[in-house]
Parts: sequence; C-alpha cells; structure tokens
Amino acid sequence: MTTHSASTSPSAATSAPASSTAAALPLGDDALVLSHRLGEWAGHAPVLEEEVALANIALDLLGQARVLLSLVGDEDELAYLREERAFRNVQLVEQPNGDFAHTIARQLYFSTYQHLMYGQLAASDSPLAPLAAKAVKEVAYHQDHAEQWTLRLGDGTAESHERMQRGLDALWRFTGELFEPVAGLDLDREALRERWTAMVTAVIGKATLTVPEGPQSGAWTAGAGREGLHTEPFGRMLAEMQHLHRSHPGASW
Amino acid sequence: METAAPRDTAAARGTAATADTADATAADRAADAKAADQAADAATLQAAFNAAVAADERIEPRDWMPDAYRSTLVRQIAQHAHSEIIGMQPEANWITRAPSLRRKAILMAKVQDEAGHGLYLYSAAETLGASRDDLLDKLHSGRQKYSSIFNYPTLTWADVGAIGWLVDGAAITNQVPLCRCSYGPYARAMVRVCKEESFHQRQGYELLLALSRGTEAQHAMAQDAVDRWWWPSLMMFGPPDAESSHSEQSMTWKIKRHSNDELRQRFVDICVPQAESLGLTLPDPDLKWNEERGQHDFGAIDWSEFWSVLKGNGPCNEQRMTQRRRAHEEGAWVREAAAAHAARHSERERATGDSERAIENSERAAEDSEREEATA
Repeated sequence: MTTHSASTSPSAATSAPASSTAAALPLGDDALVLSHRLGEWAGHAPVLEEEVALANIALDLLGQARVLLSLVGDEDELAYLREERAFRNVQLVEQPNGDFAHTIARQLYFSTYQHLMYGQLAASDSPLAPLAAKAVKEVAYHQDHAEQWTLRLGDGTAESHERMQRGLDALWRFTGELFEPVAGLDLDREALRERWTAMVTAVIGKATLTVPEGPQSGAWTAGAGREGLHTEPFGRMLAEMQHLHRSHPGASW
Repeated sequence: METAAPRDTAAARGTAATADTADATAADRAADAKAADQAADAATLQAAFNAAVAADERIEPRDWMPDAYRSTLVRQIAQHAHSEIIGMQPEANWITRAPSLRRKAILMAKVQDEAGHGLYLYSAAETLGASRDDLLDKLHSGRQKYSSIFNYPTLTWADVGAIGWLVDGAAITNQVPLCRCSYGPYARAMVRVCKEESFHQRQGYELLLALSRGTEAQHAMAQDAVDRWWWPSLMMFGPPDAESSHSEQSMTWKIKRHSNDELRQRFVDICVPQAESLGLTLPDPDLKWNEERGQHDFGAIDWSEFWSVLKGNGPCNEQRMTQRRRAHEEGAWVREAAAAHAARHSERERATGDSERAIENSERAAEDSEREEATA
C-alpha cells in the first residue's frame, strides 16, 4: 500500500490482470471514482456533520480502491496513468454530484449494490473474500447513511421531496449496469438484482417517493462502463485528478 | 437576596402624605441593603472565581464566572471553531488533484478532522450559552472573524505541506498551552484537537521532505511554498504584545498562558532546525542565532499586511466567505428537510437518535478514560 515511483509491473495499465483477481480492477475503479466524487463535497456540505460523513465514506472507498488496485499492479500508476477508455467503473459512480439529493440518490443505489455484492463475495471462495468481509462492514454504514437521508429528504419538505425524486429519476438509467456480468466475479446476479430492487423499493416507498419507471439501462449504458465506455463528465474528472501526477513523470510524492 | 422586597411593600402600604419622606427613606434603605447584599454576593462569587483560577482549578459550565470572562471565551472559541471550518477550504482545494492515492487519503482525513474540530469547538462554545447557529450567523455576516492565515491561496501541491508544517505547527504552539486553559470544556477540546494537529503537522513535514528530496521541480515547489507561507504563519500569533488588546486580561484569567511574542519566538526556534533538516531555507535574511539570548533573532513582520488581511483585503477573504455562505445557503433546504422530517417522526427518530448518541457517548467516554489513563 505504499507509493512506488518505479512500478514492478509497468504494463499493468494495459495487460489483463491475473484471473483470480480479475474483478479487482472494476471493483477498485468503482470505489476510486466514487471516492473522488465524494471528495469534491469537502467544504461544500449542507451541514458540518455531513462534511464529516461524506469524507468518511470517501475515505472508506479510497481505502477499498487502494487494496483492490494494489492486487492488480501499482495503485498510483493505475489511478493516474490510465486514460478514460481503460477505466472499468460503472457509469453510475462517475456521475457528477449535482445537488445533495442527487448525491444521496447515487449513494443509495450504489451502496445498496455494494453491500449486497460484498455480502455475497465475502461468503464465496473468491480470493477477494477477505477484503469483501472487511468492506461489507463499511458499506453497511454507507447504505444506512444513504437510506436515512433518502427518508429525510423524501419525507421532509415539498422542495426536498421533489429534489430527491429528481435525483432518483435522473440516475435510474445507470442502475442496470450494476447487474451485468463482471469477469472474475462469480455472483448470483439474479439474487443480487432481486434483493437490490426489494431494498431500494422499500426505502423509496418509505420515503413517500416513487420508484422510477424508465429502463434501468439503454443502448449505451448496458455494461458499457465495464468495457471502458464512459459518459462525458468522466474525462474532465480524470483530467483534474491526474493532472499533477502526469505533470511530473516518474516523481514520487 | 429577596429579603428587602416584603419591607418595600409594607412601607408602600402605609401611605400617609406626611409619611412620604419616611417611606422614601425606608425604601432607600431597603434598596441600599439589597444592593449591598448583591454586592456582597458578587464579591463572594468573584472571590471564589479568582481563587479557583489562582489555584489552577478548572471553571466548569455551571460555575459562576464574570460576564466578561464568558464573552471573551465565547468570542475566542467561536473564532477558533470558524477557523477550523474556513481552514478546510485551502486544503480541500487540492483533494481532487492530490498526486498519489496515499496523499489523497491523508488529505481527506485531515480535512475531515478539521470539520470534527469545528464540531468540538462549537460544542465547547455552547456550554457557555452560545448556539452554533447563532455563531455561524456571526461568521457569515462578518461579525466574527477566523484566522487570517486562511485568506492566503494554495497555489501548488507543496502548499498543502507548508500548511501542515507551518500553519499547523503555529496552531499547535498556540494551542498546547490552551490545554491548561482555565475553562474546562475548552481545555479538554484542545487536548483532543492538539493530538490530531500534531499528527497533521508531521504529515505536512513529511510531504515537504518528499518534495525537497524529489526532483528539482519538486524541490523548487517546496521552497516556493515555504517562502510564501513563512511570514503569514508568524502572523498567526497575533499582533506584537504592545498592541494586543485582549492579552493582559486573558493572561490574568489564565485563558492565555503566554504572550503572542513569546509564542512566536518559541515557534521560530522550533522551525529553524526543522527547515535545515528539510533542506529548505526560510525567507528571512535577518534570521540568525543570538548566543546571548539563546534564541533566534528574526526580521520585522509586515504588520500592515496583517491588518489589511484582517480587515478583509487579503487575497482570498472574499472567496472564502462566499464559498462558506454559499454552502450554508445552498444547504438550507437540506437542513429544513431534516428538521421537518424529525418533527414529523419525532418519537421514532428520538428513540433511534438516543440510542445512537448513547453509543457514541459511551465510545467517547471510553476514549476519554483511555486518555486520562495514558496521561496519568
């Protein structure tokens, strides 16, 4: 988990990872990218307690990303020197923060998925099982945080209700990708989808909101992020994230 | 204390015109007695307070304290809290550009700690009867200040290191004596804050060391940051003793333990060898060891810059306040939603909230007792 300037695997960015940890890259990218988005909230949160909570979640995710990426190669090389087309995260996590409700909707969809996914993974014989067992405790907290805020905003004021519904609607089309196959991740995807739908539906209902009606994925979004096809805001996010590292090739920090 | 009141009424009831003078005299005497009682009470309370301060005992929220002591503390603690909150901005400015994942994690954790310090400090101020909302209003309307250091911009990654090493270093030099401050809740908050700040300071030093020993461009980046942050860090100790309006009273009350100039000198003496081991120079041609004093002499501070920044004309005053106000205003609907939801579901919410708080409190108590054991 330390920073190396001279990587032991310079081709990690392009070569296919070892099959036993093939899922580490997509899962690591999910965590890395969402962590970055949450980091953008620092100093902008609606209340001090949320400065702490959002940073806390971002840190947990960054920790997960570092462990996962280190299984594949050098964490910094993977984070800072791959281009957009080489990232394997789902498009959901790269979506801009929007307002607080939009961020919470993204958190609700994704943390519920992560909680169920890591739960299954922890119980499997995957080499990622020990990591999943640790991560599942963190994401349980993230899921609870998202759920509590969905309830407060959905069942709060007329304005917060409307904003929360808008956030859920806007991000719904990115949720289908969560249930697409991932190489190296041998999960019961049907069970994952069913439980995810049940949990998310229950929270949305309790929050007096409506489950969005549109499709959960379209021609572009079905599994696209996992193949390196991303949405436009992602390139700009990477430009900011990678700029300094790329400006000093070979430097250590 | 109310013994005079019945006599007043009795006197008032016997209203013969001729008795006016006598009545008035009786009333005067009663009032005098009341005032004398109160003065005696106040004197007793003041004496007890003075004795407690003199004996280095802690003043606690329910103890009597002079009004001016209370208001000085509210002002100081609130401004300290505001500094933590505004201080998140210059560093958060680099979270999305941190050059390695390790550094990014350290920086995120640090900014999170600052929000936490803000929370402790607002809580400490609330024990004096202030409210967090009111204090934030005062910050947003410019009626209360924050540390002038945060009105300087973070222009390169090395600034994150310079803030850790110099700004947090100066803050610690200021705050360690506050761990013995006469007001208990503030002193205890400072114990927690200082522990985390020392950690941040070491991380800042280590960041600069990595740059200083890195490529030529990195070394230059580190030197440039130290050049820009050195003088503003010295200004963090406040005006020279001769011009410090609150110092004397604060020292009598043992809120402050050392003068601005003493602390500044201590900081310079700590930094000089550290700069040497960093392989960086400090931007002061007059800085040199004074054998006679056993301390470093250093150059004159540009106080006109200090006052100008303090009055709102620093490089980032406008930007910092605008961002803070905007975060608060744009978050208003979120806070309103939380309040509306809580009001509607008060019973259930309170039940869960209480259990969460109970867990949190017991964790905190465990931490505190660990700390006390460690320091005992």
